[in-house]
Amino acid sequence: MEVMSFLADGILLALEPINLALIIAGVTVGLFIGAMPGLGSVNGVAILLPITFLVPPNSAIIFLAAIYYGAMYGGAISSVTLGIPGASTAVATTFDGRPLALQGRASLALVTAALASFVGGTVATVLFTLFAPVLASTALSFGPPEIFALMLLAFATFVGLGGDDIPKTVFSICLGLVLAAVGFDTISGEPRMVLFEIDGFMRGIGFIVLAIGVYGIGEMLWTIEQTRGEVTTTNPKMTAKGMMSDAKEAAQRGWKGTAIGSLIGFFVGILPAAGATPGSLMSYGVAKMLSKTPEEYGKGSPDGVAAPESANNSASTGSMLPMLTLGIPGSPTTAILLGGMVIWGLTPGPRLFIDQSEFVWGLIGSFYISNIAALVINLAFIPLFVWMLRMPFTILAPLIFVLSIVGGFAASRSIHDLWLIVIFGLSAFFLRKFDYPLAPAVLAIVLGPIAEPTLRQSLLLSSGDPMIFLTRPIAGPITVIAIILILLPAVKLLRRKKTFAKN
Amino acid sequence: MKLTKRLFLALAASTTIATLPMAAFAEDWQPKRPIDFTIMAGAGGGADQIARFIQSVVEENSLTNRPLIPTNRGGGSGAESLLHLKDARDPDHTLMVTLNSFYTTPIRQEALGVDIETFTPIVMMGVDPFVLWVHKDSGITTFEDFVAKVRDMDGEFVMGGTGTGQEDSIVIAYMSGAYDLKVKYIPYDGGGAVAKDLAGQQIMATVNNPAEAKGFYESGDFVPLLSFSDERMDAYPDVPTLKEMGHDFSYYNQRAVVGAPGMSAEAAAYYREIFGSVYDSEKWQGYLVSESLSPMVMDEAETRAYWATQVQNHRTLLSELNN
Repeated sequence: MEVMSFLADGILLALEPINLALIIAGVTVGLFIGAMPGLGSVNGVAILLPITFLVPPNSAIIFLAAIYYGAMYGGAISSVTLGIPGASTAVATTFDGRPLALQGRASLALVTAALASFVGGTVATVLFTLFAPVLASTALSFGPPEIFALMLLAFATFVGLGGDDIPKTVFSICLGLVLAAVGFDTISGEPRMVLFEIDGFMRGIGFIVLAIGVYGIGEMLWTIEQTRGEVTTTNPKMTAKGMMSDAKEAAQRGWKGTAIGSLIGFFVGILPAAGATPGSLMSYGVAKMLSKTPEEYGKGSPDGVAAPESANNSASTGSMLPMLTLGIPGSPTTAILLGGMVIWGLTPGPRLFIDQSEFVWGLIGSFYISNIAALVINLAFIPLFVWMLRMPFTILAPLIFVLSIVGGFAASRSIHDLWLIVIFGLSAFFLRKFDYPLAPAVLAIVLGPIAEPTLRQSLLLSSGDPMIFLTRPIAGPITVIAIILILLPAVKLLRRKKTFAKN
Repeated sequence: MKLTKRLFLALAASTTIATLPMAAFAEDWQPKRPIDFTIMAGAGGGADQIARFIQSVVEENSLTNRPLIPTNRGGGSGAESLLHLKDARDPDHTLMVTLNSFYTTPIRQEALGVDIETFTPIVMMGVDPFVLWVHKDSGITTFEDFVAKVRDMDGEFVMGGTGTGQEDSIVIAYMSGAYDLKVKYIPYDGGGAVAKDLAGQQIMATVNNPAEAKGFYESGDFVPLLSFSDERMDAYPDVPTLKEMGHDFSYYNQRAVVGAPGMSAEAAAYYREIFGSVYDSEKWQGYLVSESLSPMVMDEAETRAYWATQVQNHRTLLSELNN
């Protein structure tokens, strides 16, 4: 096995003292950057890129990849403990992580997240090692119609969930799509829906701004209103034994979500243009759809934490694949890593595997090591994060507010975004009072900017003929499945009426 | 529409002499705060790569006493950046790395009220030429084949680019006009996405900067057919230029560092010295060669004159594009 000997060399390279030290440093830095609301792996990698000229390219990329990894683990921490997504990739983690924390099970949520992240990252790395070249050509066969079909499928998983109120879900998706349309139109290049002619809207509405508003401010208001300030987070205790039993429970109740997330995340990750955020949201939708107990989702299901967390790690490894094999970024963070390779004097592209095999395999080897390091470091810090939850809510609430504002400002450094956060927070609170699900709106604002241009590109390709989505060999089956999933609730409704009539 | 690069190259020598005394009084002014280093494009694109490269050279040699803080403000084809500079509260600490949306966006979005001729020239780091690429499996090996194929397909030939009004669409529009070609143009949101879909043969040809297609060229997947530079490029000596074909047209992407309007002369002189030494560094000179950028050294007055002609040229090109 040629691959195995390359891999062995790669792992040995990653275990060299300097590289190992950089992995540990990178994962730790990443963990905290990921945990800081608003700052994600993109910011972390961009900020630290210029200092990497101090070490050889091999070590530099290993360091930056470790930050990327660490941030994927870290994103879950504030999602669970504070209810604010630490990074856009961890938004779906708040759906179930936060309810778990409110039930006093924060450590279960965090342990589940850490284990799921580890499994997701490792599964993706193994797939990467074995099938990189084949998968790269698969990614290339995904043109605009295929990507759009995939987006349709993602929306379908959210509409077809059955249990929720479908008209309200559709309304929520539409609201998200409208917000996603604000900014410049990629096809014509004209400004579009610049609300109230405020210049800030030209940039569009940042996803992280919406997420912090909805889940940071909105969630805080909701908690205050529901409990009148008397938050009863049962005093979380942290013992080694407790963590062991949490780990056991996480394995029992989260394995399915982990499996789904690892596979979907990886696949979405290798498609250029998608990345870890859509991957984690889609995994959540699919896991809920396939679950025997979908009603538990949103109320504290370990599967609901495991699916997005395994997916975001899996996707971040996956997005390295088009970067290394094709020189095309699969996510915003890998786009910066590519820039880094140019700075270090490498040419990203199809020849990188051949011309710089030591560099590539050193990086792949480091994925394995980084995952182990991230798991250990993350587990070690969990007691610290859970301890934060012991703070009285009267201290925690202002802290969440400040973190939301600081986090929202840090990414774009724009006051306009701060106002949006507050407005989104208030709107989310009221929508929630009227029982509108918010997750579909969040999904729409992430996927809308991918779905809309690919739809229009496809129709330009086919001169306006929508059959392009059904006649292409990959797009066709995906579209059909998506349509079936969308129609499923209607069919169920009809059946129910029939049996009702019979009785 | 002759972009007079050669003229400026000829002036290069005098420029060097003219800028020498500046170094003397540049010592008087030092940044007092971290320097806002705005990037006119999103993370990972060509402009972003260059900005981070420049930043790494500055850091490596500790050229400034305050750090450069790069921030991507790519929204609205760079409109976000232009407004940020125009309204900069502290022009002495506000810089921007540009591409050609520096010219096109204010023309296309007059409501912005941005006049780039009020901006402060710092250093022209180089200009990035454009090349026409096809996939090796298309069977097209020369520009003549390409023209024949496009005419043969009568409007069904698919090209990808970064959007109407963007650099590549201007080049494609000129080429189509000159050779009476009808193509289907599919817009993408970045050069990387365009290259990926050419590699996957979702589209049939692109006009792209060499930096974005280089990896696929070296692996043999992409075939360069024509360059839109003034002279044949060193990296692609066998690829003809449109000029050789008898059309007086060349087009480059500007890679420059620009200061906010109202920057003081002392601050501008300081930054010119800093980025001038980045330009002269071995690392940057190596980058120019490896990424096929052309040098274009200009002093302040020449840059202002260059901007004026570029604005005029883009006005003409964009109005032709809309017709």
